[in-house]
Amino acid sequence: MTDRVKRLRDISTTVTPSISMERAKYFTEAYKKWEGSVSTPEMRALALLHFMKHRSLYIERGELIVGEKGDKPQAAPTFPELCCHTVEDLKIMNDREIIFFKNTEEQRKWHAEEIIPYWENRSIRHRILSAMSDEWRDAYAAGIFTEFMEQRGPGHTVCSDKIYNKGFSDYKRDIAEAISKLDYQNDPEAYRRREELSAMSIACDAIITLGRRYAELALSLAETETDEEWKADLLKIAENCSVVPEFAPRTFHQALQMYWFVHLCVTSELNPWDAYSPGRLDQHVYPFYKADVQNGTLTSEQALELLECLWVKFNNQPAPPKVGVTLKESGTYTDFANINTGGITPDGEDGVNPVSYLILDCMDEMKLLQPSSNVQISRKTPNKFLMRACEIASKGWGQPAFYNTEAIVQELLAAGKSLADARRGGTSGCVETGAFGNEAYILTGYFNIPKILELTLYNGYDHYTGKTIGLRLGEPEDFDSYEKLYSAFCRQMEHFINIKINGSAIIERIYADYMPVPFLSIITNDCIATGRDYNAGGARYNTSYIQGVGIGTITDSLSSIKRHVYENGDFTLRELTRAMEANFEGEQYGDMYHKIRTETPFYGNDDDYADDIMQSVFDFYQRTITGRPNVRGGQYRVNMLPTTCHVYFGEVMQASPNGRLAAKPVSEGISPDKGADTHGPTAVIRSCAKMDHLRTGGTLLNQKFTPAVLAGDAGKKNLAALIRTYFSMDGHHIQFNVIDKQTLLDAQAHPEEYRDLIVRVAGYSDHFRNLSRALQDEIIERTEQSF
Amino acid sequence: MTANVFNIQRFSVHDGDGIRTTVFFSGCPLRCLWCHNPEGESFRPSLLYYAEKCSGCGRCAAVCPAGAVTVSLSDGRTETDRAKCTACGACVQVCRADARAVAGKRYTVDELVKLCAADRMFYEESGGGVTLSGGEVMAQDIDFLLSLLKALRDEDISVNIDTCGFVPFEKFEAVAPFADTFLYDIKSADPEKHLYCTGVKNELIIDNLRRLSGLGAKIYIRVPVIAPAPNDKEFDGANFTEKDISGLISIILGIKYSRVCLLPYHNTGEYKRASLGLEASRFAVPSGGELERIKTALTDAGVGPVFIGG
Repeated sequence: MTDRVKRLRDISTTVTPSISMERAKYFTEAYKKWEGSVSTPEMRALALLHFMKHRSLYIERGELIVGEKGDKPQAAPTFPELCCHTVEDLKIMNDREIIFFKNTEEQRKWHAEEIIPYWENRSIRHRILSAMSDEWRDAYAAGIFTEFMEQRGPGHTVCSDKIYNKGFSDYKRDIAEAISKLDYQNDPEAYRRREELSAMSIACDAIITLGRRYAELALSLAETETDEEWKADLLKIAENCSVVPEFAPRTFHQALQMYWFVHLCVTSELNPWDAYSPGRLDQHVYPFYKADVQNGTLTSEQALELLECLWVKFNNQPAPPKVGVTLKESGTYTDFANINTGGITPDGEDGVNPVSYLILDCMDEMKLLQPSSNVQISRKTPNKFLMRACEIASKGWGQPAFYNTEAIVQELLAAGKSLADARRGGTSGCVETGAFGNEAYILTGYFNIPKILELTLYNGYDHYTGKTIGLRLGEPEDFDSYEKLYSAFCRQMEHFINIKINGSAIIERIYADYMPVPFLSIITNDCIATGRDYNAGGARYNTSYIQGVGIGTITDSLSSIKRHVYENGDFTLRELTRAMEANFEGEQYGDMYHKIRTETPFYGNDDDYADDIMQSVFDFYQRTITGRPNVRGGQYRVNMLPTTCHVYFGEVMQASPNGRLAAKPVSEGISPDKGADTHGPTAVIRSCAKMDHLRTGGTLLNQKFTPAVLAGDAGKKNLAALIRTYFSMDGHHIQFNVIDKQTLLDAQAHPEEYRDLIVRVAGYSDHFRNLSRALQDEIIERTEQSF
Repeated sequence: MTANVFNIQRFSVHDGDGIRTTVFFSGCPLRCLWCHNPEGESFRPSLLYYAEKCSGCGRCAAVCPAGAVTVSLSDGRTETDRAKCTACGACVQVCRADARAVAGKRYTVDELVKLCAADRMFYEESGGGVTLSGGEVMAQDIDFLLSLLKALRDEDISVNIDTCGFVPFEKFEAVAPFADTFLYDIKSADPEKHLYCTGVKNELIIDNLRRLSGLGAKIYIRVPVIAPAPNDKEFDGANFTEKDISGLISIILGIKYSRVCLLPYHNTGEYKRASLGLEASRFAVPSGGELERIKTALTDAGVGPVFIGG
């Protein structure tokens, strides 16, 4: 890492996150000036242009890629038109111990005077919460589901290669041409299209303005700069910014700067959860790299440094501040930009190129949480690339995650994409599959599957809110067979899925009508061609996802009931529900609890008894959602991922039939419940692969190892083989945690939660929980050393 | 036809090449002082008792059909009379503290093959397979063993045999056609030290190794490296002193093998020894430098390749 990058990285990782009020200021000014006199899309574009004209600029000494979302690094803008924070919200953001955002008394006062009076009753959040039905509100309060768009715009979508082939002056011409072709006589929507296209044209001016202003600033700084090296860099920045974003990039450096300007404009226009991603960055910028290297203007070292400067930019942007349930479902600064490296080309060839390896080097050197970096592994991916990725993964900080290219392509084909669009696709956000540059794939919220069973067992009554919110399908005594209980569970699930989808129909409509995103629409196919906004179905494909959470917990809970209540008669369903209410505390529940924990077939052990239950629950969930129409002309699909929502969903539940105690997290992703799997990673993978991943839009699997298991060449080869095998079984995604000392200490204190933790000591491996205290101590010390 | 197996470990990555499933059979003719799988020494199931987890509730004593368990009045924990205990597992079921377990369960060939075949895709991708270990797999009933090996070959699964070598050579002759690799232990080149450490002399073991090599079998020689405890006047370790190493070299140089693996002593078996009511062993873990010294001595003498670890 060069000194330049080291310094920029230091700044990025040590500056305190704060709130930047500038965006709120200029957007509000613009609304006060133009609202009512122009169309809504034009209003949005004018606000963006006004912001880009007047916002403060920031160039950090030594940086080679310029532009910040806020007025400085780690300063997050607010989006009052989406969520108008109260003064109390701002105080909480300032004071909370984690995921805080510092703001001053003065800022809060200004916010109270200028922002709250204008936005409090017109923000989208206000609109949404007013428009929802009572049953939606009850389910939301009970933690049956969350709502992604309640304070964030629809998004974390992904860029295609479009921005590298054309500048925004070119897009202005394309837009003008589209306007000139409108057929007012035969198309009743023509005028609306014109408004939308005119908004896109204004949005082109917004990004062009930002680029020109940076060119001017760099030039004026260079004039007075005495350090010759930095002066030359400033002149290079000025040159780059006078080319991009107005015109197409000509060099590798300009290509990266182009992406960054686009990223800033997408995430300033709205906060699309909360990110935008460059997608297949290695493939998009490789032609520039190749040409620059060939003509002698770029070395691979310089290219790496430029990539690292871009990485710093990603890391400088914390996700916008969240409050309430949304903070719980996504309690992180992570912005969810997710870069896909490797995979295949649109022609189906191996996509790994020299830039792919540079990105891995960059990831390895930078060790930053943002951007999330992943590798796509296809059957055609060379082992050298996979092994290098495994080498980085075995260092134990969780990146890169591994994605299965063939699964992604099949998932996209199953969702109706063309083969070329599917091959251009990948994953964004956490693990969600999308057709990059061509699709608005919108996550609508997490769905708490285990809580559905809880409501079913208590005849629709919810202990958390103290209300009957579910269907009244019977008391425990009424379910005289497992099949009867299971079918009631399915009916209950369908009921809440209907409530969720009814709510989403309204919410998507609200965004289409009140929060168009003309800038994002410029760069998403086919919004210009159709004259429709990204949020109104203008993209080529329009998908809505509902993310299922807790498949491990629900499987084990049903398995426990099936085995102990209906097959063995160990206890009645009523006795079980009483034990759950008592959180299994008390001598009378001691045997029941022990039996459940030690004699139930649990998911994650390659045991068909449990895995069959997982398949049937997944199948019902998937079939009940997939194919339903959304209001943007597309369809609903599912994925299976939690972010941090499995913790929140656990908090709203009492103890569950698998012995999970009250308020403890439910299982995450498609991983087994904590401590349920005891047969090692191959058994977990076999269980997980029994889910039909290809019918989803993404699944998430975490695996834990100690460093010694992955040590040496043999360790990395075995890791690579584990990944390839899971992907042969159509697994979508896998990532690895290599266990650190802190986790081992926690495992020592809470062995029941780490039943699956395998440690490598010397000649053989064993479960950590089975080792003596003294030996555990020794391993803890040794593990720390081996990092 | 069944055999006693005390552990089946999937994703076993240190008992041969690639990702493997290792089947640990109960019963061993040796009694190595440093054994890290002491629950596999007996041919019958054994009861394991983890005293530190025991709450002293006495539920085990109440259900024991043999009357083998008593609750100690002094520390509230339980004591098991191992002469009376049949390892029936009744106490395990009622122990809420998970302080009791039975090592050893009978499996048929079909059951083992089904379990072993589950991870076939991992074997094929990684160049792995199944490792039969123990205890001592070669001490199992030969008909059972051959039937298992044939079934695994029919499934096209690669098999490694992890052995101490102390069985009649006829058994090796019978098994060799079905095994891809033998993981063959040399505990000590010195017959007297071998007797002291393992309870048997090593002539049969060394002779079997030479003959097996003569059959053209692929062999990974595995050498435990046991360092003596500080202040131990009686015992200077196994495969640790210069004299031991030169004895080892003279054996290895006379045979054909694919690699030599040095397996450093570790104390992970200690908690299991305690759970079986056995005395603690008394050795030291060789340092990285000591292992390098031994590795260098071997390679200087023309032995190689030498790996540290399985």
